[in-house]
Amino acid sequence: MKRFLLPLAAFAVLIGFLAIGLTRDPRDVPSPLIGKPAPAFTLPQLHDAAKSFSVADMKGRVWLLNVWASWCVACREEHPVLVEFAKTGQVPIIGLDYKDKVADARQWLDKLGNPYTLTAVDADGRVGIDYGVYGVPETYVIDKQGIIRMKHTGPITPESLNKKILPLVAELSR
Amino acid sequence: MRRWPVLLMLFALVALVAGGVFAGEAAPLATNEAVEKRLMAISEELRCLVCQNESIAGSQADLANDLRREIRKMIGEGKTDREILDFMVARYGDFVRYRPPVKPSTWALWGGPFILLAGGLGALVFFLRRRNRMAPPPILSEEQRRHAAALLDQSDT
Repeated sequence: MKRFLLPLAAFAVLIGFLAIGLTRDPRDVPSPLIGKPAPAFTLPQLHDAAKSFSVADMKGRVWLLNVWASWCVACREEHPVLVEFAKTGQVPIIGLDYKDKVADARQWLDKLGNPYTLTAVDADGRVGIDYGVYGVPETYVIDKQGIIRMKHTGPITPESLNKKILPLVAELSR
Repeated sequence: MRRWPVLLMLFALVALVAGGVFAGEAAPLATNEAVEKRLMAISEELRCLVCQNESIAGSQADLANDLRREIRKMIGEGKTDREILDFMVARYGDFVRYRPPVKPSTWALWGGPFILLAGGLGALVFFLRRRNRMAPPPILSEEQRRHAAALLDQSDT
């Protein structure tokens, strides 16, 4: 019996590692930007190209930056959650329309509802690169000092909103 | 006879279009061969985050295209390879590099295989030694052997 003990222990350790591995999402790459100032940008607004939006405009407020696009399928899944949440008016949600056509984006918001305080247009995706965007939708929680406090990759679900994002927003707003 | 001018014009048109196509494709490569070479070398080192098992050099993902464009631009601005890699790491983290730097959070990654190898070699030596110690007793005892030899001698005569 004793001779089986060692292989059995090794097998148990392996199973342990694999089990932990199953609970982790390989697509969720930790962002090096957390705790760093949100990269500055100034971009035209979706609904009025003559007006622009800068990160500096949001100084002193806790806000969400939501990167989306009309061509993005997962954004469609996330959108109703954002529309519902926007009604509570807890924090401004700024949209970043990533590598999209203005007409498509406007039509998308007209059809599905517009949860955004305003949307900035990142037509060539250059600002997206500065934010380390690799899979829309992505959402950043940015504090009053303009520091990125959290990044959520993938669609926001009611669960991730209530358990991850809102507690942090409440803490930062204090 | 009336057709000749039309044919000629067609030929001219084809030549013009073909010439235009060739010029459009060949020019960037010819003028920027060194840049393209560096671009390839750098982007081979970087992971495409959209399709994580492909490098930025090999991936056709939209993001990889954009990142190649950025790298090309930075090469044009005279940035060093080191600066370009730092640019990527600052945005996407160490994960973008296929060869991440050695630091406390990557010690297990770099050292793990060697620790496993050492463990395997240790186990091998341990089991080989134990097997030698437990060598099976000879099949015949000394007395049995003499007896057998005696029997064989007898049968010879």
